[in-house]
Amino acid sequence: MKVLKSIAYAVTLPALLILLWWVLTIDSTNFYVPKPGELATTFVDTWFGERFREDVMPSVARFAAGTLLAIVLGIAAGVCIGSVRWLRSLLEPMLEFFRAIPPPVLVPILMVLIGINDRMKIAVIVFGAIWPVLLNTIEGVRAVDPVLVDTARTYGLSRWQRLRTLVLPSAAPQIAAGVRQALSIGLILMVISEMFASSSGLGFTIVLFQRSFAVTEMWSGIVLLGLIGVAVSIVFQVCERKILHWYYGQKEVQHGR
Amino acid sequence: MTAAASTSSPVSPTSPPRRAHGRGAPLPSWVLGVLGIVGFLATWELVVRSGLVEAEYLPAASAVLREIAELAGTSEFWAALGRTVRTWAIGLAIAASAAVVVGLVIGPSRFLRRATHSTIEFLRPIPSVALIPLAVLLYGTSMQSTLLLVVYAAFWQVLIQVLYGVGDVDPVASDTARSFGLGALARIRHLTWPTALPYVMTGLRLGAAVALILTVTGELVIGGGGIGTEIALANSGGAVPQMYALVVVAGLIGVVVNLVARVVERRALHWHVSVRREAL
Repeated sequence: MKVLKSIAYAVTLPALLILLWWVLTIDSTNFYVPKPGELATTFVDTWFGERFREDVMPSVARFAAGTLLAIVLGIAAGVCIGSVRWLRSLLEPMLEFFRAIPPPVLVPILMVLIGINDRMKIAVIVFGAIWPVLLNTIEGVRAVDPVLVDTARTYGLSRWQRLRTLVLPSAAPQIAAGVRQALSIGLILMVISEMFASSSGLGFTIVLFQRSFAVTEMWSGIVLLGLIGVAVSIVFQVCERKILHWYYGQKEVQHGR
Repeated sequence: MTAAASTSSPVSPTSPPRRAHGRGAPLPSWVLGVLGIVGFLATWELVVRSGLVEAEYLPAASAVLREIAELAGTSEFWAALGRTVRTWAIGLAIAASAAVVVGLVIGPSRFLRRATHSTIEFLRPIPSVALIPLAVLLYGTSMQSTLLLVVYAAFWQVLIQVLYGVGDVDPVASDTARSFGLGALARIRHLTWPTALPYVMTGLRLGAAVALILTVTGELVIGGGGIGTEIALANSGGAVPQMYALVVVAGLIGVVVNLVARVVERRALHWHVSVRREAL
C-alpha cells in the first residue's frame, strides 16, 4: 500500500503534464512544438541506430574520461594542498580566480593551444570540472578533526595509513558535494565543446538539427541530453549512498529518525 | 562554480583553530597569497619567454596585462561588460524571485512536496545548455536567448535551497504560531521566511555563480553581445592576446560576483548564529 502510494505520487504530476501537452497540441500546427507521439517516434528513429554509435557513444565516453580525470586529479591535488598549510595560503587566491572563470570560455583557448580534437574536448572538461572537486577536497581535508589527527599520529599511523583511514573518509562528504558539481559542469562542457568545434557528437548534431529547422529532431536531442543528465545524477546518488552509507547512517541517528 | 561545501547546510561551519607547525613566525597568509599570484605570473612569463610554448598560442603574461589595460580604455569593452552584467543580474533576479515564490507555495505543504518531487528531480539535472537550440529558434540572437538559459539554470539552484529551508521550520514554533492565531501570511513573514533565509542565501550564492557561467556561455555560443561574444569574435579573428585578456576579465567578474555574494549573505544574515559566532 505504502509503495503504491509513493509510486502514485511520483507518477501523477508527470502524467498530468504529458496529458496537458497532448491535449494542447492535439490539433495545433505549431511549428515549434511537436506532438508527444511524434516526438517519441522521432526520438527512437533518430537516436537508436547509426547515430547511437557515432555521436552518442563518443560524446558520453569523452564526458566520462574528462570527469573521471578531473575527479582523480582534483582529489589528489586537493589532499596535497589541503594538508600543507603554507601551500594552501600560497595557492588560494590563484585557485579562487581559476574557479571563477566561467569554464566555457576555456573552449576557445584550448582550441588554440591543443587544436580541434578529442584531447581538446577532454581537456576542456578536465579544466572546467576540476575546481569544485579540488576546492571542496581542500576544505574537507582542512576540516579534519585535529584531535583525531594527533591521536592517529600518537598511535604511530604512517602517512599513508592516516590518509586512507582518517583524512579521506572524513573529507568524503565534502568531496562528494564537489563531485556532484563537477558532474553537471562536465556535462555542460561536453555539449559546449561539441557545439563550438566539432563535426560529430551530441552537441554538434543538435545544433545541426536546429540550423536545418528539423524541430522535432532537435527536441528529441534535448530530451536525450535531459535523460543523460538524469541518468548521471542517479548513478551519482547510488554511488554516494554506497560510499557514504556510514555518513548517512550517522546523520539519521543524529536527527533521531 | 562555488566551492560551497554541502548544499544542504546554509553556512559552512568555521574551521577549528589550528596550531602553527612551522619553525619561527610563519608569513601571514595574505603575503603568501600575493607571492602565489606573483609566482604564477612569473612562471607564465618565463614559460613563454623561454620558448617552451609559442607566443602565438600563449602570449606572455605581460602582453595579456597590457592588452587588458588597452581594452579598459575603449568604450566597446565597457559596453560589452555592462551587457554581460545586465543579463546576469536580470536573469538571476527573475530566477530567484520565481524560485522563492514557488518554493514558499510548495514547501509548506507535504502533499505538494511529494507530488512535485519526481518532476523537480527530473527537470533539475537537465543541462541548461541543452536549451540553446530552442532558445535560438525562439528568440534568435537577442538577449532573451541567453536569459532563458540563465533563468533555467539558476532557478533550480535557488528552488532546492528554498525547499530545504522551508522544510527546516521548527514544528513546535509552527504549532505555537498557529495556536496564537497567526494567519498564513503572518506565519510566512515571521516564521517560514526567517528560517529559510540562510538557505535562500546559499541558493543565491550558488545561483549567482551558475548564472554567470550561463550568461557567458550564451553570449559565447549564441552571440548577441557581451564579454562572451567578444571572446568568440577575438577567437575567430585570430586576436589571441585579446582573447586571453577577455578570459582573464571574465574570471575577474567571477571573483567579484563571488565576493559580492558573500558580503550580501553576511549582511542579510547578520542576526543569524552562524554569522554572529564568526564575529565574536
